[in-house]
Amino acid sequence: MNQSDETFTRVEALIEPFNKKGAAITPETRFQQDLEWDSLTVLDFVASIEDEFDILITMNMQAEIETVGQLVAAVRELSRR
Amino acid sequence: MSDLFSKFDPLIEQREKLLESGVTDPFNLVMEGVESPTVAICNGRRTILLGTYNYMGMTFDPDVIAAGKEALDEFGSGTTGSRVLNGTYAGHRAVEGALREFYAMDHAMVFSTGYQANLGVISTIAGKDDYVVLDIDSHASIYDGCAMGNAQIVPFRHNDVDALEKRLRRIPAEAGKLVVLEGVYSMLGDIAPLKEMVAVSKAAGAMVLVDEAHSMGFIGEHGRGVAEAQGVIDEVDFIIGTFSKSVGTVGGFCVSNHPKFEILRLVCRPYVFTASLPPSVVATAATSIRKLMNGADKRAHLWENSKRLHGGLKQLGFTLGTDKPQSAIIAVIMPDLETGAAMWEALLKEGLYVNLARPPATPAGMTLLRCSLCAEHSSEQVGEILNMFAAAGRATGCI
Repeated sequence: MNQSDETFTRVEALIEPFNKKGAAITPETRFQQDLEWDSLTVLDFVASIEDEFDILITMNMQAEIETVGQLVAAVRELSRR
Repeated sequence: MSDLFSKFDPLIEQREKLLESGVTDPFNLVMEGVESPTVAICNGRRTILLGTYNYMGMTFDPDVIAAGKEALDEFGSGTTGSRVLNGTYAGHRAVEGALREFYAMDHAMVFSTGYQANLGVISTIAGKDDYVVLDIDSHASIYDGCAMGNAQIVPFRHNDVDALEKRLRRIPAEAGKLVVLEGVYSMLGDIAPLKEMVAVSKAAGAMVLVDEAHSMGFIGEHGRGVAEAQGVIDEVDFIIGTFSKSVGTVGGFCVSNHPKFEILRLVCRPYVFTASLPPSVVATAATSIRKLMNGADKRAHLWENSKRLHGGLKQLGFTLGTDKPQSAIIAVIMPDLETGAAMWEALLKEGLYVNLARPPATPAGMTLLRCSLCAEHSSEQVGEILNMFAAAGRATGCI
C-alpha cells in the first residue's frame, strides 16, 4: 500500500477528527498504542468508516485490526464484496 | 515477580493508591445485619440502603419467607443436580408456570442466575455466520454471551435508532440476525426507545431479545417491562429477566412464544452444565412473582420515590444521568474516581449506602454514585436520604 492510495486518503481524513494527539498517520500507525483511543472513540470512528464506505466492520474483524494499514486493507476487501 | 497476574498490576496499583488516601474500600463492604429491604447494619451502624435493586422490597415479604421455609423443610437445602438430570423439582416447574402467567407467554426457562440466562440464550441461538447486533452499553452478561458464541458481533451507539437501522441494512439479507436490547440500562437508569428499535429490527427480519432485568415488577401496566409500556411486547421474541432484583432472590429466566423454544433446555450449556436453584429459592421466587402481579400500589409509591429523589438531588445541584426520572435508578455523576470514592464514604458515614460504579462497568469512563429506590422506602426515608446527600455533598465539595 502506498500513502497516495485513495482508500488510505479517505480513511486518513476520517481519523483526523479523532486524532486528538495530532499523531502522524502512516499505514503502521496503531490505533490503541499510537492514537490511544478508548472504546467509545473506536465505536464512533468505526461508525464513520462504515457510513463512508457503506460497509460493516464487526467486532470480530475489529479485534484483528491493529494498524491503519490493516484497516485500509479490510475496507478495500469489504467494499469489493 | 512477573507471572500470569502481571496483567492486573495497573488495577492493583490504582486500588492501592485509592486506599492509601485513607478512604474505606468501596468494593469490600460487609452487611453485618439486615433489618428490612431498606435498612442494614454496616460497620456497626444503621444504614439506609439505596443501592440494592430490591425495587419492590420483596426480600422480607412474610408470604415469600414462609414459602421458602416450607420448601426448605420439604425439599431440602439443594438439588445437587442439573435441570436436565436430577435438578428439576416441582418448585422449578411451578416458578416457570408463574413466569408464563406473569408475562402471558407460552414458554419460560429458569436459569441459576440472570447472568447465565443472557450467557446461555445469546451464545446458543446466535451461531457461526449469524449476526448479533447490540447496544454498545449492554450489560457484561450480554457481551459475555456474544464472546462465548461465535456469531458476528455488531455494536451500535447507545439508544441510537438510526445507527441500529443502518447496521441491520448492511448485514447480508440471508444471514440470521439477533438484536439485543435492554429495557432499562442499569448504569444511568435510562430506558430504550424499544418501540422504534423493535420496528426497525422486525423490518430487517431480525429476532429481538430484550433484557428487562431492571424493569420487571414496576414498568408497564402488568409490570412486564419497558416493552410492555411501549406496546411492543408481542413483537419481542425473547425477554430475559432476573430474580435478583424486583423478585428479591437469585436466578434468571427467559420467556418466549417461540414454538421451538423448549429445545433450548437440551442445547443451552449454561442451563445444562450447572446445578439448578435450591428449592427454597424457587419457592420464594414463585411466591414473589405472583404477588408482583398485584403490586399496583407499591409501583405507584416507587415512582413517587423516584421522582422525589431525582427532583431533590437536581435541586441540590448534583449532575444526574437522566434529565427526568425514567426508572427506579438515579445515577449521580461524579467528576472522577477519587471524588466519587470520597463522596461514597461520606454518605456511608451519614448512614446511606449507594453503589459506586466506575469503568469499565460505566459508559464513557464515568464514575457514578448509583442509587436504586425501593417501593418500601418511606417518604420520610427519602427525605433523610436527601439530607444526607446535602451534607455529604457539602463536606466533599461536590455541591
